[in-house]
Amino acid sequence: MGRYHQGTLIVSSSPHIMDNITTTRIMLDVLIALIPAFIMSGFIFGPRAILLTVTCVAACVLFEAGFQYITKKDSTITDLSAVVTGVLLAFNLPSSLPFWMAVIGSFVAIVVVKQIFGGIGQNFANPAITARVVLLVSFATPMTTWPLPNKLLGTTDAVTGATPLGILNMGTDLSSLPSNMDLFLGFVGGSLGETSAIALLIGGIYLLWRKIIEPWIPLAFIGTVFLFALLAGQDPIFHICAGGVMLGAFFMATDYTTSPHLTTGKIVFGIGCGLMTMIIRLYGSYPEGVSFAILLMNILTPQIDMLFRRKTYGGVKI
Amino acid sequence: MSIFSKHLPAIHVEHHKYTAESPTEKMPVPDKVYISMAQHIGAPCQPKVEVGDFVKVGQVIGDTDAFVSAPIHSSVSGKVTAIDKSLTTTGVWDLIVTIAADKKQEVLEGLAPPQIDDKDSFIKAVRASGLVGLGGAAFPTHIKFNPKNLDEVDTFIINGAECEPYLTADYRTMMENSELLINGLKNTLHYLKIKRGIIGIESNKAPAISKLREMVRDTPEIEVMELRSVYPQGGERVLIYETTGREIPMGKLPADIGAIVSNISSVVALQNFIETGMPLVSKKVTVSGNAIRTPKNVEAPIGTPISQLIAFCGGYKKTPRKIVMGGPMMGAAVYDDGMTVNKNTSGILTFDEELALLPKETPCISCGRCIRACPMLLMPTLLAKAYDARDVEELKKQNVALCMECGCCSYVCPAKKQLAFTHKLSKQLVMEGGKK
Repeated sequence: MGRYHQGTLIVSSSPHIMDNITTTRIMLDVLIALIPAFIMSGFIFGPRAILLTVTCVAACVLFEAGFQYITKKDSTITDLSAVVTGVLLAFNLPSSLPFWMAVIGSFVAIVVVKQIFGGIGQNFANPAITARVVLLVSFATPMTTWPLPNKLLGTTDAVTGATPLGILNMGTDLSSLPSNMDLFLGFVGGSLGETSAIALLIGGIYLLWRKIIEPWIPLAFIGTVFLFALLAGQDPIFHICAGGVMLGAFFMATDYTTSPHLTTGKIVFGIGCGLMTMIIRLYGSYPEGVSFAILLMNILTPQIDMLFRRKTYGGVKI
Repeated sequence: MSIFSKHLPAIHVEHHKYTAESPTEKMPVPDKVYISMAQHIGAPCQPKVEVGDFVKVGQVIGDTDAFVSAPIHSSVSGKVTAIDKSLTTTGVWDLIVTIAADKKQEVLEGLAPPQIDDKDSFIKAVRASGLVGLGGAAFPTHIKFNPKNLDEVDTFIINGAECEPYLTADYRTMMENSELLINGLKNTLHYLKIKRGIIGIESNKAPAISKLREMVRDTPEIEVMELRSVYPQGGERVLIYETTGREIPMGKLPADIGAIVSNISSVVALQNFIETGMPLVSKKVTVSGNAIRTPKNVEAPIGTPISQLIAFCGGYKKTPRKIVMGGPMMGAAVYDDGMTVNKNTSGILTFDEELALLPKETPCISCGRCIRACPMLLMPTLLAKAYDARDVEELKKQNVALCMECGCCSYVCPAKKQLAFTHKLSKQLVMEGGKK
């Protein structure tokens, strides 16, 4: 027989070639897509926005490494998913939030929502969203105290005020609503990473171009918000640029694990997110509903997957 | 198939067709050939020769009375030196007839074109030619060409997709043996009374498309169809769908929806037999991969050891850590480079350590890439979960039997899960579970 044989040759099942995509590469792409919004958060809310983001990232990575060390599991921090969670959590917080609260949020995201359920790919809801909701319920005042944006570069303005949706919700002084251009650029009050629609849009387009996400959820989500606002007699541009719609639609609702598998399911999921968001905004007591909407739809994802299955080749319904 | 596309899902793979423009080189007859008696799906052949016999090229050395079978012929002239058992790539024991070649390549006396006047004599000739599905499946061709409902078959499709990366043997066949191909197709259509012939070729083989189109310009019943260059365009069910729009219902065969699919090389080998009487004794093989010095298309006698083909291509330029018979997506990794070229061998790929080592598996992140890639519209990640739980009922419900092991799911997986491998195990589990 031949020169090369058992022992020197590797025998494995086909296929013998693979695409070079990895989980780490996907997470890296998400981080790259978040860079424009990160830079804008620094411009809009000053260095504290950057510091809070760094805190969340560090806390998330440390909690993941620590949990996996204690439970004797292989560390997965190199897949960068904890970094993504940290950035997304920070983007959902007001830049003035005390650091220790951000650390608690990181604990909820990584330990409670992600690791206890089995780690990456096993979480039932988006870790950053759930952590934000937990913080909002636990620390209502600091979580709804919004620093006003800097119109000029410089130190953080100590003055706080309402977000555009807050102004709309109170319905008293609608004349103080920002222009749609300010909303689009992001120079308005709000969570530190959610305000700049243009930056998030650039990131979202990058994710679509890199085929990291499919367009269905963002399209259905933003489209539903737009239509709902139009039918309710409000400014649709305002509603898609204000609050967390852009951040939610492109970066949070598209979380692989907690959104449906198939296109029809994704569209239904996106419409659900949009509907819930607008119902809370217009008829609920909270001014903003993106987090609650996504959290609710996360929980409905298994049901959506069950309802919207596809036929296999040969016409067998599975 | 998806709501926005009339195509089945498919993936883009790097083509790596380095040997596309390398004309086929006929390799010298090796000192010894080792001819397997199990070169087709179905009953293996019994040796029809004994140790010490002198055989000639084209002589039957193995045959059986079993229906699902095809005879096996000697690829060299020389003396039978051994008939013994050996382990095949598929892990089963099988009889090997070893022939020491005298290098004279004397052709069997009386080898003449077969007498063909009707369907029955045509089918008889197909069996006598020793043909099996040369694309890889190795299903005896005379059975495939003669389904019970042949009168319902209106389309004969030739698979010129060659969707596997690296492989170029079919492309070379289309370019070098185009006369045999077209005449073989015409004969097949004529004797099987099939109205329409389609040659499906991927768009990355434009010279073959234009050459064959030119040749069938005055033959309205034959159409050369350009297919998208995606994988797995050459899968039987995929090819039928992409060329005719027909879908095979669960549990049915291609003939049930009026189609028969055949490989390029099979039709060429058949026409060669019809014209000369020489059965299938050699095979065009692409030798490539990053560990080979000079990638080539080689015509080798059946039974030639891989190591000899490698030597003919200048040997290894790097230490090989994996040798694959067939394409990189569906081929089998061999454990020994003394394995031999069989009727269905289309490629021999050698990979160095970097390409051979399997990347570490990481947890599934439910990204859905496998689901979007599956041409059979299965849910690979859910199948893998069902297999992990050894849930036979769920595997059946999810229709795992439909998986053709094309490997798209494993290819696109960012977590590097061996999904196709899991599906192979799942299919076996379901079969075993069904018996209990």
